[in-house]
Amino acid sequence: MNAHNIIEDTARDAYGRLISYLTLKWRSIESVEDALSDAFVAALESWPKAGIPDKPESWLLAVARRRLIDRARRERVSERAMSALIALSEQSEQKSSAGTAFPDERLNMLFLCTHPAIDPSIRTPLMLQTVLGMDASRIASAFVVKPSTMGQRLTRAKAKIRTERLTFAMPDAEELPHRLDAVLEAIYAVYGSGWDDYTGVDPRRKGLVHEAIYLGKLLANYLPGEPEVQGLLALMLHCEARREARIDASGSYIPLSEQDTSRWSTQMIKEAEHCLRAASHSNRIGRFQLLAAIQSMHAQRARTGSIEWKGIALLYEGLAKLSPTIGVLVGRAAAVAEGYGMERGFALLEAMPCDKIMNYQPYWALKAYLHMQLGRQEEARSAYSRAIGLCEDPSIRQFLYQQANRIT
Amino acid sequence: MHYTLLFHGSPEEFSLRTDPLRQEEYSASWIHYEKVLRDSGIFVSGACLYAPETATTLRRREGEMLVQDGPISETKEQLGGFFIIDVPDLDTALEWASRCPSNAVEVRPNLPQMK
Repeated sequence: MNAHNIIEDTARDAYGRLISYLTLKWRSIESVEDALSDAFVAALESWPKAGIPDKPESWLLAVARRRLIDRARRERVSERAMSALIALSEQSEQKSSAGTAFPDERLNMLFLCTHPAIDPSIRTPLMLQTVLGMDASRIASAFVVKPSTMGQRLTRAKAKIRTERLTFAMPDAEELPHRLDAVLEAIYAVYGSGWDDYTGVDPRRKGLVHEAIYLGKLLANYLPGEPEVQGLLALMLHCEARREARIDASGSYIPLSEQDTSRWSTQMIKEAEHCLRAASHSNRIGRFQLLAAIQSMHAQRARTGSIEWKGIALLYEGLAKLSPTIGVLVGRAAAVAEGYGMERGFALLEAMPCDKIMNYQPYWALKAYLHMQLGRQEEARSAYSRAIGLCEDPSIRQFLYQQANRIT
Repeated sequence: MHYTLLFHGSPEEFSLRTDPLRQEEYSASWIHYEKVLRDSGIFVSGACLYAPETATTLRRREGEMLVQDGPISETKEQLGGFFIIDVPDLDTALEWASRCPSNAVEVRPNLPQMK
């Protein structure tokens, strides 16, 4: 990691802590964000020359505080709010001079972003912006939304937090499982939902993968005993371990079962397996642990040289009961086809609801493959056509084209 | 709601149309893309255009009509074709645009048709 990266990571880590901490007191995410982004820019200018300060948070807080007070004066904020702000800045000054650890409120922030009152489609973008400080235009690219629209949606969500005075407190024990699900879901969406063998790598999300794993580790730090948090982290690490192997030297896509296992990251696989083991201690199975277990079975090919398709099919069976998403159902059909024969896999595909699969590219890619294996050339050609037409990724489009060309 | 997808291509992308090794794959990707739009019932109309050097530009300047060879602006990326699609909103239009084989596509809402 070079100096610039270290500075950026340090600043970002502090940024997330500060935005959560300041918003908790100040309640307006927008003003806190404006103040902190100024501080962040100042840090990127000053730190490379002056070095990273001993207490990056205090440095950023001092700059942000000045900006917040300036802004409050400009907007003629009421006396009461003004005195609260000044009290806050004194309090934080004491904290940093006393050398005590800065309170980390990012967990509260993750839960606030996924509050039931917040529209599910904006939760992940809100999380990326408030916890990681990502700008709206980058978030817009990741979700294929017009940047000005994304900006408006984020502003609306923040206004809702402010005007409805959404609770910033941690959910209680009874509420926690449900609320935690929403946090995991949002982090998983950062990684790129519906990841499976047939979609492979999407370059649009490449930068986000790093952010997703960062959030996963953050969450695991706070809630070390929650098996699904470890499960999600294991899932992301397993997928990430294969990044290099998904594309060959000429940029062509390689499906998971044909990847050169020597190009997988053994370090990340080890880390993923460690998370999965930690999760298993609690004896509470869940969706993310099952998804991670499937990736773990694929990872075993590096050692055994073969894929246990029947075992994978069994895990998918469990997943289909817990959360029958379209990605899971297509994954199950692929595993059953490999483990128990093409006809049985095909029957599962045929049983899927029509409206769900119409525009789902992996469904058509698998259907085309199974038709071809079963010797039905016309049907294979037509399914490949649809899969290619729906494809977003040029390297996968090319892969599918080559597969289609093998039909005689 | 009608949206127009304007596909722009660099000279390299235009050259794929005549590249003996890659033209077949290139045109197939467009044929499959158009077919999906048609099968999904959202295709309104569209066309693939000949390369920008075939363009003729007419421009009226101080009342006088000037006729020139070539496209209106000499930018690196030039219009290569367009599709009009009928979808509920811009989010959906962008989703379909992201599937096109072109490296650059501009999406614009169409004004309502005049009756």
